[in-house]
Amino acid sequence: MNLILASLAVLLAGSTLCLLVPPGGKRAGILGPAIAVLGSVLGIVPALDAMVGAATWQASLPWVIPAGSLAVGMDALSGFFAFVILTVSALAAVYGHAYLSRTGTARRVSASWFMFNVLVGSMLLVVVARNAVLFLLAWELMSLASFFLVMFDGEKREVRRAGWIYLAATHFGTAFLLVLFGLLGIRSGTFDFSGFSALRPEPVFAGAAFILAVIGFGTKAGLVPLHVWLPEAHPAAPSHVSAVMSGVMIKTGIYGLLRFSTFLGAPMPWWGWTLMGAGVLSGLLGILSALAQRDMKRLLAFSSVENMGIVAMGLGFGFLGISRGSFALAFLGFAGALMHVFNHAVFKSLLFMGAGSVLHAAGTVQLDRLGGLSKSMPVTACAFMVGAAAICGLPPLNGFLGEFLLYRASLGAIAGSGAFAGMEGAGLVLLVSLAMVGGLAVACFTKVMGVVFLGEPRDGTAAQAHECPMAMRLPMMVLAAICLLAGISAVLLPGFVEPAVRCVVSGPDAVALAALSLPEGVFSWTAGAGATVLLAAAALYLLRNALLSRRRVDSAVTWDCGYAAPASRMQYTSSSFSAPIVRQFHAVVRTDTTATRLSGLFPSGASFSSEARDVWREHFYAPLFKLFTAMSARARGLQHGRLNLYILYIVLALVALLAWKLR
Amino acid sequence: MTAFHAVAMLSGLVLAPLLPGVINRTKAAFAGRSGQPVLQLYHDLIKLLRKGAVYSRTTTWVFRAAPAAGLACVSGALAFMPAASAPALASFGGDIVLVVYFLGLMRFLTVLSALDTGSSFEGMGASREVQFSALAEPALFVAVATLARVSGSESFAGLFAGLTPAAWMAYGPAFMVVLTVLFLVFLVENARIPVDDPNTHLELTMIHEVMILDYSGPDLAFVLYAASLKLWLLGAVIVNLAMSAAGVTGSLAFVGFLAAMMLLAIVVGVVESTMARLSLLKVPRMLVGAVALALLAFALAGRLSP
Repeated sequence: MNLILASLAVLLAGSTLCLLVPPGGKRAGILGPAIAVLGSVLGIVPALDAMVGAATWQASLPWVIPAGSLAVGMDALSGFFAFVILTVSALAAVYGHAYLSRTGTARRVSASWFMFNVLVGSMLLVVVARNAVLFLLAWELMSLASFFLVMFDGEKREVRRAGWIYLAATHFGTAFLLVLFGLLGIRSGTFDFSGFSALRPEPVFAGAAFILAVIGFGTKAGLVPLHVWLPEAHPAAPSHVSAVMSGVMIKTGIYGLLRFSTFLGAPMPWWGWTLMGAGVLSGLLGILSALAQRDMKRLLAFSSVENMGIVAMGLGFGFLGISRGSFALAFLGFAGALMHVFNHAVFKSLLFMGAGSVLHAAGTVQLDRLGGLSKSMPVTACAFMVGAAAICGLPPLNGFLGEFLLYRASLGAIAGSGAFAGMEGAGLVLLVSLAMVGGLAVACFTKVMGVVFLGEPRDGTAAQAHECPMAMRLPMMVLAAICLLAGISAVLLPGFVEPAVRCVVSGPDAVALAALSLPEGVFSWTAGAGATVLLAAAALYLLRNALLSRRRVDSAVTWDCGYAAPASRMQYTSSSFSAPIVRQFHAVVRTDTTATRLSGLFPSGASFSSEARDVWREHFYAPLFKLFTAMSARARGLQHGRLNLYILYIVLALVALLAWKLR
Repeated sequence: MTAFHAVAMLSGLVLAPLLPGVINRTKAAFAGRSGQPVLQLYHDLIKLLRKGAVYSRTTTWVFRAAPAAGLACVSGALAFMPAASAPALASFGGDIVLVVYFLGLMRFLTVLSALDTGSSFEGMGASREVQFSALAEPALFVAVATLARVSGSESFAGLFAGLTPAAWMAYGPAFMVVLTVLFLVFLVENARIPVDDPNTHLELTMIHEVMILDYSGPDLAFVLYAASLKLWLLGAVIVNLAMSAAGVTGSLAFVGFLAAMMLLAIVVGVVESTMARLSLLKVPRMLVGAVALALLAFALAGRLSP
């Protein structure tokens, strides 16, 4: 407990130290990450303890905040999320040390580190808060800190736009949370979570509260259709901030959803279906939109929407299982979702760091201007490839584990239909969506990996790229190693998520869930098979080397239909690679194309460009906001600037009040 | 685990290169030629393993490592596939997912190695490969899930063990639809007509063949061998299901399995001789049709359950 508080103190109080040093100096660039790493390392040990179920505590500190109390606590669920947050944040801080010192001007570095530390500290506070007011305070602090971090390059127009969209969206979500907390607070007479969990709300109240929680927390998690801010804000931020935001900050939405659903009594089937529906929608639309992107960081941000969709599918399946009394299936669903939360944090931050290194080396993240970077930056390319394979859920990497549990849940529902009545339908939905999303993810990430790192440079800047400094390579290597080691170590992992899963429901269901655990040795086969295949691949590669060692090995140009002078601009681009799939799903992802046609006998020039559009933003939010604007324009008639009429308003108001008082 | 458990996998490893030979002989017979020897692929593999190699200057270690890793993936997947009465080398609940994902890893590597050459033709093939497989994968999963629903098992070994002639009596129509879906997936995943023509000579129209254009020597041997293993693996799903209707056991069933695999190769040869390939734009429609058929089979299995 003391270590967690110390960690919080270091992060939140220590962050102010960043403001004391010269804003653009070298000292800010060392002090900031040092505080973040120190704070994170302090917190990781107790978080790990709580995560494996060894230490849970609760404390109310003798300090009063308005209308709330400083109640903090730690259980396996908080520990799990705290562990994820702190691990990724520490690595991102190391990366950011080199990233910020090299990119752009040195200005505002100290302010950026101040906000970074506040962000990490507030995320930690969100997961340990045990009082609604404190939670909301931390939540708001987190949103504001990340808003200022996004605005780091605020002199660019598109960054400012992204920042404002983010600020509006995050407060949209917070508004729903405010109502939710108010309802719970009025009902229980206190804002402490202990009071909330003593509530036994009736179904209508619980249902309304659940909807509020899904909208409020779903906005933070980036579930479709509340995702529009995510692909704007995450790419606009500096890459280490994108890594933290996409890797861990959006997970606080998942945490909030899980934590608050424990206050709402036994889940109902429609909760599960709602979450599964949002999950399927996010998964499919997220990955399809990602495929259509040509900006590497935007693509990664859309893929976060997809992965949050997978998590939501698992949670939905879990709630459905609980409501139907199929606890074993529910356990698998929740465990798969939580496992995916951890895995996504690891590989998505790795991929964002990779994108940052590309930006740093080649000066752009436009896919169609890059190419062949694996020759100039081999470490980044290798780490990125591990991350790309992991995010596709391929064995033997960590991404496979969470999806494997979800597949097990769906197959269990289907194969054991007698035992789990009424779950086959949900199982089938989960199975088809996972398979579909998995296949499209392979398309999406082979595209990024292939277009950015393989082939020939498409552009002069890409040709002059160089490997990034050690402080940027090291975090990527660590994350890639976690991807691989988590994938082939079978013994530890179930113990990491099982205690957290036992916390996600309350009441009598919790007792049933507490008795369960993952199937004995659930990962031992997949890990064993993965390791065996890795060894076999290495052996075959050595065999190939041995076979070729004494023979003639020539190099030539790539076979291009016999064409002897292929140029790098002839390569397949990212747009052409994804065009068939995007066209196939044109109902949900649109691309605008502009082309000048060839004309005349000796055509002089032609051009072609395409741009992916966000259908939700254009066809749902734009009309909605237009409606709001129109409505408020009508109200503006009252504000016309004529003083005599304003005085009339005042007189009328006074007369009305007088009349009301005398009544 | 005894030596007996290795029979299914070993038979696959040894006999898989026979399948393309049988297919080609069938096509030759239809065309009135005598055709290449049935053992041609074995000769090719031995010849290629003895050769040197030529690499494109554009390629990196990804291109060099992919064939070995791909071969390891498909061999790993083969370990979980029984051959009628010969049990799988290994089996656990959920191995269905692992097998499909090992094939996914192999595809991931093949596509990357194609993009590594920087050739626009190989990029084209890679793009088609990921598009078609993204639709074939759900069809395969739903088809297998239909079988899992009936047999109550989550592993390939348990799946086929749970399908008895009695189950065929009850669920026959659903299983026939599943067989159709599996056959479609088999053709798509192995790049056969009507989706891809392994004998085509125009790079523009190829899918699988174009992705491996730049390979030579031992690497090409690995690629060709891995492709034949994949043919065997997905063929075994079909044959195992079909064999379960007969209800034979013991060594007779294993012999029957091998004969049925050859029969499947002949059927593929017949399809390739009598059909033209679909236009590339129509392939997704066929695949969506396969997904729909698989969903139909799943629903049928639910209705038919006694």
